[in-house]
Amino acid sequence: MKITPEMVDYISELSRLRLSDSEREKMTGELEQILAYMDVLNGIDTDGVEPVSHIFPIKNVLRDDVVEASFDRAELLRNASWADTETFLVPKAVD
Amino acid sequence: MKELLDLTALQLGAAIKKGEVSIEEATRAALEAVEANQKLNSFITRTGEQALEQAKALQVNAKTAASPLYGVPMAIKDNICTKGVKTTCASKILGDFAPPYDATVTERLATAGAVSLGKLNMDEFAMGSTTETSFYGPTRNPWDTERVPGGSSGGAAAAVASRSCWYAIGSDTGGSIRQPASYCGVTGVKGTYGAVSRYGLIAYASSLDQIGPLARDAADCAAVLDTICGQDPRDGTSLAFQGSLLDGLTGDVRGLKLGIPADCFGDGLDAEVRRAVLSVAGALKARGAELVEFSFPVMRYVVPTYYILAAAEASSNLSRFDGVKYGWRAEDFEDLTDLYCKTRTQGFGAEVRRRILLGTFVLSSGYYDAYYKKALQVKGLVKEAFDEAFCKCDLMLTPVAPTTAPRLGESLSDPLQMYLSDIYTVSVNLAGLPGLSMPCGFDAAGMPVGAQLIGPALAEPRVLNAAYAFQLDTSWHKRSPAGKEAHG
Repeated sequence: MKITPEMVDYISELSRLRLSDSEREKMTGELEQILAYMDVLNGIDTDGVEPVSHIFPIKNVLRDDVVEASFDRAELLRNASWADTETFLVPKAVD
Repeated sequence: MKELLDLTALQLGAAIKKGEVSIEEATRAALEAVEANQKLNSFITRTGEQALEQAKALQVNAKTAASPLYGVPMAIKDNICTKGVKTTCASKILGDFAPPYDATVTERLATAGAVSLGKLNMDEFAMGSTTETSFYGPTRNPWDTERVPGGSSGGAAAAVASRSCWYAIGSDTGGSIRQPASYCGVTGVKGTYGAVSRYGLIAYASSLDQIGPLARDAADCAAVLDTICGQDPRDGTSLAFQGSLLDGLTGDVRGLKLGIPADCFGDGLDAEVRRAVLSVAGALKARGAELVEFSFPVMRYVVPTYYILAAAEASSNLSRFDGVKYGWRAEDFEDLTDLYCKTRTQGFGAEVRRRILLGTFVLSSGYYDAYYKKALQVKGLVKEAFDEAFCKCDLMLTPVAPTTAPRLGESLSDPLQMYLSDIYTVSVNLAGLPGLSMPCGFDAAGMPVGAQLIGPALAEPRVLNAAYAFQLDTSWHKRSPAGKEAHG
């Protein structure tokens, strides 16, 4: 699998990361090396094998729909670097 | 005071119950040890004052307490939420985050009367095998401070090994309890997936993460697991796992079929490590276990499968860190996207950025089937391979890592090489099985070697009992770095 700097740019954008030119170059090489190693999986026949996301058969875990106490708003907002008394604050996102 | 620190957690718990030692005395001894071992950098946050207050408050019920670990000081890996106590995941991006809630594990430990000394260093977001990717600087191995303690629960392993606390709570996504336990000469257990609630564990790869103990021996690990295991309505993947592990330790392994997968003892394994690990087979055989050898070719595929799945889940889990609701936030941003990008780029370290990018790639359109879906299919084959193996044997014996602890700086220069060193541990997470690491010898440089015991799902009693049997006959687990010279 050939990894190009443009592919690294694309996944960086999806990941909301901005790499410096030197890191972009380094990451291109490293990802190519890591993915080349992962190609070993192509040597194993998985035709007809079901993908397994949960290792144990877990059924839906439900609880009764009972109102429970939630967290205190002020306590939750305390960890934000920008908030007023009611909500988290962010730069304007829609004009 | 040294003698007090040399007790196991259960011995200390018993001494506290009998009134031979006060909880405050034990806590002060631990805090002094933490101070004396500061150069190891095992702690990110120390909560000494709170610990002493807790110790005094707990003393009232010391004689009537139910838990065998009541009053025993311990410490918690810094990716497990502790209400009001800074929890960083060893990352810049979490800043001074003080969780508004306790993890279920933290709650259960508090209910059992544990005294917390603070929060332990780790690889950033548990991504790494050396504890060198921590924003708070690397932890050092107490057996040789020029070497790494392993990772990602390196602070936990170093703290237990250096006798700075009686046990520690770590987490294991691909070996992060077992490998540092091996490098530092302590015993560590990752339970069956779901045995311990993950509520309040900051997620790395949710389908693989498990919380577990690192301690001086198998009996201590059993007691800690008894305390923290069991179903939790706040973690839908938690199992109705009863525990009672401590009571099940008999040391009787007669008739136990111990599997030796040949593919785990082949090329790439250090000769001294091989010899030490195989000595476990000899010791258990002498107690009446039967040895079964077989091939286990699926080993070839476990590292790529693990890294695809773990990176994919990490890229999704870590998207929540954006500088808005908690943690550190970059300055001088132009708009919302710029805020996200600057915070994440400057807030995450290089290894975390690498895994996020790798995970994003394997999940991206056009590559999803070739990598992510393929890895999920191979995960199914890994599970089948273990199912077949456990038709032939009751437990498997393998190394924990191919070598003893490497020197600081040796691993990070080559990420792929570092990933490959996880070969013996990651398969256990992929299959959701219980795995234990215990000291089984030392190499010529005096560094500890660990052996891994793997059991079928929910066979924790069997895994712990075999380790307990081995530790009845050997004293590797009793050695401490302070006595290294004396042992030669």
